Formats: sequence, structure tokens, C-alpha cells
Amino acid sequence: MIDKYGFHEVPSSPSIDKVGVEERVSRFQSRSIKTTAKMQGLKMVLSMIDLTTLEGKDTPGKVRQMCFKAAHLHDGHPDLPTVAAVCVYPSMVGIAKSIVGAYGIKVASVSTAFPSGQAPLDVKLADTKYAVDHGADEIDMVISRGKFLAGDHAFVFDEIAAIKEVCGTARLKVILETGELITLDNVRRASDIAIYAGADFIKTSTGKIQPAATLQVTYTMLQSIRDYYDATGKMVGMKPAGGISNSKLALHNLVMVKEVLGEAWLTNQWFRFGASSLANDVLMQIIKTESGVYQSADYFTLD
Amino acid sequence: MKRLEVLKTYKIYIGGKFPRSESGRFYKVLNKAKEPIANVCLSSRKDLRNAVQAARKAQGSWQERTAFNRGQVLYRIAEMLEGRRAQFVEELMLENYTKKEAQTEVDNSIDRIVYYAGWCDKFNQVASSVNPVSSSHFNFSSYEPMGVIGILAVQSSGLLGLVSMLMPVIAGGNSSVIIASEDKPLCAVTLAEVLNSSDVPGGVVNILTGSIAELWSPLSSHMDVNGISIDAVNEHVSDVQLASVDNLKRVRIYSNDFSLIKEQGIQFITDFQELKTTWHPIEKIGGASSSY
Repeated sequence: MIDKYGFHEVPSSPSIDKVGVEERVSRFQSRSIKTTAKMQGLKMVLSMIDLTTLEGKDTPGKVRQMCFKAAHLHDGHPDLPTVAAVCVYPSMVGIAKSIVGAYGIKVASVSTAFPSGQAPLDVKLADTKYAVDHGADEIDMVISRGKFLAGDHAFVFDEIAAIKEVCGTARLKVILETGELITLDNVRRASDIAIYAGADFIKTSTGKIQPAATLQVTYTMLQSIRDYYDATGKMVGMKPAGGISNSKLALHNLVMVKEVLGEAWLTNQWFRFGASSLANDVLMQIIKTESGVYQSADYFTLD
Repeated sequence: MKRLEVLKTYKIYIGGKFPRSESGRFYKVLNKAKEPIANVCLSSRKDLRNAVQAARKAQGSWQERTAFNRGQVLYRIAEMLEGRRAQFVEELMLENYTKKEAQTEVDNSIDRIVYYAGWCDKFNQVASSVNPVSSSHFNFSSYEPMGVIGILAVQSSGLLGLVSMLMPVIAGGNSSVIIASEDKPLCAVTLAEVLNSSDVPGGVVNILTGSIAELWSPLSSHMDVNGISIDAVNEHVSDVQLASVDNLKRVRIYSNDFSLIKEQGIQFITDFQELKTTWHPIEKIGGASSSY
């Protein structure tokens, strides 16, 4: 429905059949992906990673090291893509940008009082503006889960819209923190609100709460993107984050994206993995697939 | 009507759990009369991968335990094995041992575990050294475990070979992935049950059953395995040595008869240890002879 100002209204969200979701998801997990398809998939996964460090103990040195890794995943192997982006706190955006900018790797910054989101709106806006001013290409905001669970959905919607305005040309990823939303119905509702409020991406989790990016949650969010696309013809991106640390799970995610949304989403423009240790596992799989020999973490850079 | 006998399926041991082979395959172990005595998992290379992963995960905390505590844990294995000796004797007899042979094999195995339990907190004192150097340094060398050790158990022995190869490896703080004897795997799986009910942390010992011809290659080429223990009679010795080159695995080749008393000793422990030498600066005042 389009309102009198020309905006799409948030439709009521369908209720989610949890058993049905689990059934569907378990089928994605039983796929066997081998040889050339696996290799393509693994390289695609690498190119979709947002290499992330979001810790209180992050130092400029740690961020520089991660940025170097983002650009040189495994120099022993030519023809590997770089990751899509590095994801850091706002105070580290300038440092990250100065290193990865030259490689065409994006800099994503979390903002809005990540990870809790418990701050007044003006602080969140200032936080976001700081990151954008220092060169962030993408903003990963968190929604106010407390307000959402209290039923104040309009507050959540308005907040996302306000942040989107400050982002300017930076793309906005909206973190739902699904581990705190309890039910899939809530996940679906929050996805719809985020998308209609202007999110360029919806993202599962901060990585600070368990469970994080389960396939069930990601599937529910993909459905929301699908319905929005069918209603408006506009694409929205998806970023599962947290808990995806092995290649197999990452490949299952790709299968799910292809079958729920279609091939158009299989680029790092529309799909990302938020992860810190996934890259090494994918690299080890790639080398293993080529050499036929099981690999050891000893021969890959530390995260 | 004749009762249809239910054969026990012997499962493998990975990370403290007893899964079946992920491949779902199994083989029948036959006795001398060619009658089936058990169903045993035919492990795949993926089982091996999982086992190495579990071993790697468990190794750090096993190494960090005090040597004294490792000794206690090994001794506990001997106690538990003693308590189930009847079952081991019975299984060895199924695998064509005479009763007397079987009893001797179990006795020797228990003794050997106690032997290595004693060495846990002593081998480093005996094997380490303080080295004379011509500078103002206190220079000493001590042993540290290598990491994950692959063991291709002796084929001709049901229990003693396995125990004799395993105990020195874990006594020194390594974790292990064992490929049991193909024709005599019953005691290996029962030993896993013993390990699981003693205090050995899950993952320190992982036991696979199956085809040696299929498993020697992924084990000895695995980049995350640091050493291989194998006996000289094994037909894959030279293959294993060749495949071990990539990450410079240490390959140790033993006699296949561990029943002799000389087939035990501190050298079996240090075989899978790395020697670490430390140069510690000391103050040397006026040529005093002892300055540390």
C-alpha cells in the first residue's frame, strides 16, 4: 500500500510457521556441493565476507593487521578475491579506510551505541555521522530491541529512518539482534519494519549474543526481503553475522539465498557474511580442495 | 527355530563421543572359522578429519595439565582396564588368541599403562639437561609435546601393540588419532569405552576402525598431524614416510612385537617431544664459578 505521501506503508507481517521453517532449512543442509561448484562457492563466500573486529580491546595495530589480511587473504595462492569489507568501530574507521581504500575494499562501521543500542537518538545520530565523516562506506546500526519488545514499533521505524538520513550515500545495514527477539514472528516483524524504514541491508546479529545467525532466522529474513521485492520491485541485501565459522554452513547459506531470492542476490552487493574466523576456514577448504590434503591452521595467518 | 544372534556394532571414538562412521559403512570381523563375530565401523577420510579436529582441540588443555595429574589419569586407565579384564580376554579369544595368550596380553597391557603412568612426571627431569655454554647464560633444554600424533596400530596384536604405542604419546602431553588393527579391532573399541569412563578428557585419544589401505594416506598427509607412530611390519611404512614430508612429520617406526620388556622406555615418550632450549642471561661477577 502506498500512503498519501508516496511512501510504502509497512504491511502487516504474516505469522511464521516455525516447524515449516525448520523443515525447509533442513533440506538446504542436506545438499552436497562438490568439486567445481564447491570451488566457485568458496571463492564467492570469500568475496562476501565482512571481516570483522569489534572488541573493546581493539587497537589501531590490530585494525591495521586485519585490514592487511582483508587485502592479502593468502598470498601463497594467486587469483583469490579480497573480502567485501572490513567492519570496525567508528573510532577505527579512519585507520581502516586509509589502508583498504586503495584495494576497493569497503569500510563498514557499526554505530548507534553498538551493541546494546541503549542511547538517546541524538547520540546515535552523532555516532553515525562521525563514522560517515571519517569515510565509512557502510553503516551497521542496531535497532532498539527494548522498544521493539515493548511494542513501540513506530519508535523503531522512526529511528531507522532518522539514521538512514544521516547516512547519506553510505549504505545502511540494520542489525535486528535476532537472539534477543525470541520468536521468528518477531524476527519477521522487525525485518519488515527495517526494510520499509529504508534499510539497504538487514543483518541478523551483533555477534555478541547467542544464538546468532541460525539458518532459521536467516531464512525468515530472506522471506521478508522476497515479499518486499515482490511488492515493490526493490532489492534489499542480507547479512547473516555471528556463528558462521565454517565453509559448509556458509555454502548452505548461499544455497538458501539462491533458492529463496534468486541469483541476482549472489553478489557482495546484496549478500554478506559478518565473520572473523570464517575466512581462514574457507581458505583452508580451498587449499584442501586443490591439494587433496587436509590443512592446518598453523599455515594460515592468525585472525 | 534357531535364534538369530544379534551382533554388536562396535562404534568409533571421536572427541569423547561414540559416533558411527559418517559414511554409514561397516565391515564384519571374522574368527578363525570364518564366522562373523562383530560389526565394526569402516571409517572414512571424513571420520579421520573429524578425529584430527577433535584431537587438535583437546591437545592444548591436555598439555597444560600438570604432569602429575596426567600420571594420575593414566593410572586410572590401568585401574579401569583391570576391572574389565574378563571382557578383554574374551574379545581377544574371539580374535583367535588362546586363553593363556589373551590373559598374558591383557596383563602386559595393564602393566605397560602403569609403567608410563609413572613416567609422566619424571621423564622431563631425566631427559632434560643443563648445557654448558661459553657466555653469561644459564642454558637449559626441556621437552614439550609435539601436538597431534597419528598411530597406525600393530596389526597382529589386539591390545598390547595399541596400548604400547598410545601410552607414551599421551603421557608426554600429546593427543592422538589411532587407526586400530583391521582384523583385531574389538579391544580397541572396548579400550575407548574404558578411556571414556576413566578421566581422559574427550579428544585426547580418538580411535578409528577400518581399512588401513584407505586411511594411511589422509592421516599421513594431514597438515595438522605432527607425528606418526607405525610398526616396521606395516606394509605402508614407506608410503607414510613419503606422505609425511609436506609438513615434516616425525615418523617413528617400531617393532611389531611389544611383548618384550625392552619395548618400553623413556625414549618412546621423547620420540614425540620437541626439545626446547632456553638461553637465560645471568650476571657474572668476577669470574665466580656458580652464578645461578
